[in-house]
Amino acid sequence: MTDQLNPRFRFDAYIVGTANRLAVTAARAVAESPGSAYNPLFVYGGPGLGKTHLLMAVGHLGRTITPGLTVDYITCDDFVEAFHAAIGAGQGDAYRRRYVDTGLLLIDDVQFLTHRREVQAELLRLVDQMTTAGRQIVMSSDRPPAEIEALDERLIQRFAGGLVIDIGAPDFETRVAILRRQAEERKQEIPPGVLEVVATIIDGNVRELIGGLNRLIAWQSVSDTKLDPDTAREVLGGGPAPSAASASPAPTAPSAESAGPNEFDSFLSDITTTVSAQVEAWRARVGEALLRWEGEGYRTARLSGLLDQESPRDPMAVINGFEADVQKLRALEAEAVELEPSLAGNPAFRDPDDLKAAGALTERARAGSNPPPGPSPLYRLEEFVEGPSNRIAVRAAHAAVEEPATKYNPLVIVAESGLGKTHLLQAVANAFAAKDGAMVACLGAQDFTEELIEAIERDRVAVWRARYRRVTTLCIDDIHLLQGKDRTQEELFWLFDQLLGQGRQLVFSSALPVRDLTGLEERLRSRLEGGLVVTLGAPERELRLGVVERALHERLGASDPELAAYLAGRPAESLRAVLGLVQRLLGAAEAQHVSPSAGLAREVLESPVPGAERKSGATRRSSGIVVTTSGGVKSAEKMVWDWPELADRLMEDLR
Amino acid sequence: MSLVNFTSREITCKIVYYGPGRSGKTTNLHYIYGRVPDTRRGKMVSLATQTDRTLFFDFLPLELGTISGFSTRFQLYTVPGQVYYNATRKLVLQGADGVVFVADSQARRLEDNLESLQNLQVNMLEQGVDVRTFPTVFQYNKQDLPPELILSPAELDDALNFRGVKSFGGDALHGSGVFETLKGISEQVLKRLAQNTPAVG
Repeated sequence: MTDQLNPRFRFDAYIVGTANRLAVTAARAVAESPGSAYNPLFVYGGPGLGKTHLLMAVGHLGRTITPGLTVDYITCDDFVEAFHAAIGAGQGDAYRRRYVDTGLLLIDDVQFLTHRREVQAELLRLVDQMTTAGRQIVMSSDRPPAEIEALDERLIQRFAGGLVIDIGAPDFETRVAILRRQAEERKQEIPPGVLEVVATIIDGNVRELIGGLNRLIAWQSVSDTKLDPDTAREVLGGGPAPSAASASPAPTAPSAESAGPNEFDSFLSDITTTVSAQVEAWRARVGEALLRWEGEGYRTARLSGLLDQESPRDPMAVINGFEADVQKLRALEAEAVELEPSLAGNPAFRDPDDLKAAGALTERARAGSNPPPGPSPLYRLEEFVEGPSNRIAVRAAHAAVEEPATKYNPLVIVAESGLGKTHLLQAVANAFAAKDGAMVACLGAQDFTEELIEAIERDRVAVWRARYRRVTTLCIDDIHLLQGKDRTQEELFWLFDQLLGQGRQLVFSSALPVRDLTGLEERLRSRLEGGLVVTLGAPERELRLGVVERALHERLGASDPELAAYLAGRPAESLRAVLGLVQRLLGAAEAQHVSPSAGLAREVLESPVPGAERKSGATRRSSGIVVTTSGGVKSAEKMVWDWPELADRLMEDLR
Repeated sequence: MSLVNFTSREITCKIVYYGPGRSGKTTNLHYIYGRVPDTRRGKMVSLATQTDRTLFFDFLPLELGTISGFSTRFQLYTVPGQVYYNATRKLVLQGADGVVFVADSQARRLEDNLESLQNLQVNMLEQGVDVRTFPTVFQYNKQDLPPELILSPAELDDALNFRGVKSFGGDALHGSGVFETLKGISEQVLKRLAQNTPAVG
């Protein structure tokens, strides 16, 4: 909104005369210390006398002096419209919050509030809210508040409570000064005496004054004769000069009759003004397009490039071309998203200068050749901590990676929740992905099913299948979740066979032993058992120590052996629980601003419980948590992270 | 026909003077011709073709010079007003950017005015032009005649100008209202530049 301030409308471009000196002084004071001088400031004056200029100048100066100041300029019309739109959309409250951060609010043309009771009430509320909060409001109107028809008496009082001040019509000298400034700004040489003529003929409105000057400039650009005060008078239609006896008739066509010798010239100068206004309109159009497309997140380098040129060859064609490209992008995006919802908002669909990339992406979506979801790069097989309880599984994983599809295919990792099967699966998948020409699909069984359902909905099962049949490694996590999902099982079965036949590696993980996967079709279950099924056991001390050391090393850069030993000695039935202990310790250390140590760990993990001096048995494994096997939550550790003390209490009580 | 061509940096406006026979269309053009310096005007011509031997119309090209970097050219045409020259009128109307409807202010010619106006609308619709947005102005000519013979501009507005476009009283013979009319239509035509500029061609 602040960008609506016209950059030309600043105080230094504002000609001050007797008629507007007071208003300008007040406006400056307000800009220099918003909210403290006159609040609200109400400026009124006839059309074309510089109200908008003054308002925007306050905005510019306010921002310059107080850099963090949020300035909003809005016309009363916009205000009304936005209000109606907000009410219509049921967003009245959101609308009210709209100006919460505004430090300086400029409202132009307040006279349009006439007869709009509800908007007046809204404005009243806004004025009260802003003045109370010490935030500045500046308003302009073409008449004083009391003359605005049907304006709420309370509003009039509020305005009077600030400062109501008028801008009068400029006097002759100010008019000449304004004209000189304008001529200078446009680098136009105007012969002496001419501007004075303009200022004499046009009195009052500054806009008309500048319009008059425009006509003279236009006339000068097409006319061969030099501009002088008399011609100026004629061009502006001010009647004959009092001193000059007669204007010398310009040479016209031979058949010209005496009436209106300058009719054609005058016509020409008018047309010139119109044409220049219309031709320059391209800038406005470009600006409009720029704002719009930027707002929608598109890259607009092509359009902003236009504005840097003095007179580009064909700006409209560029805009049209740009918009056509945007439409193409939209069509491509719509199609691609239809095929693959995950492509929504992909940056490739936001650059109209690179349709190729967007086209290629869509083409791949069409062919189903966008790669299926891959593994998270966070997990690395070489960093996977090995201990007696998982040694077989980890070794098998390494072996499978070294000799893909030949040694153990499929590799099935079985473990209860929190023992690291997802971690291991992802790590294996990453190891496969690091190979040349690898295309690894790695996803949860749930997601796999979701994708299939979506493909069925969109009638794109064939494409979906093709996508997976191309992978070199397929890793599916939590395969037990496929129980009872016949269609997914069937698809997986065919995919299984196909991949196996082509010598591709398959890796699965399951929370249940394969033989217990009763909801899985027999043919699929037997195939799972046909490879290697490895089990991750509950972590013993050695593994816990490894995990703790790694975690401490990652978080602190070094591992304190005593601390690590203590933490590893804490009872925990899963690796996740071990990491939970580390997390709790680090959180407590951070909260107390001390470095983590074994002492602190003891304090944190044991303290509030009666009988805390009792050493927890390092060799004795205890869950520490009450888990009902019949409950919906299989992995209680996921919850206790949030209630550490409670967990400890339970543990101690259990003993 | 392209109104504004950014590539060749040209603005070309084709303005057609339409109206019933002897309402003063050609007089308008003659008056303009007489006021334009030699250097700015082309020959005022009448054309005839093989397909329609009776075809004729006035054509006055005006070179307005370079404005804002655009070489600006106006082409003024009149159509034959007589009812039976409709083929010619259609031809002249093709590609027009604006129309000046020159009405005869004499009360007894009101019917002719209406007929010609209807004819204009039919012809425009045939060319797929949206008459509601097409730049059009009215000129009520012969306002110099004795008041008892003519209708006032207000009366003519009521009778003809139901879309409320700009209208001008005129006396084409002596030049009153001629340039005002031309200015009026030119501005309307040029203002369409910013709104719906065809990109090319």
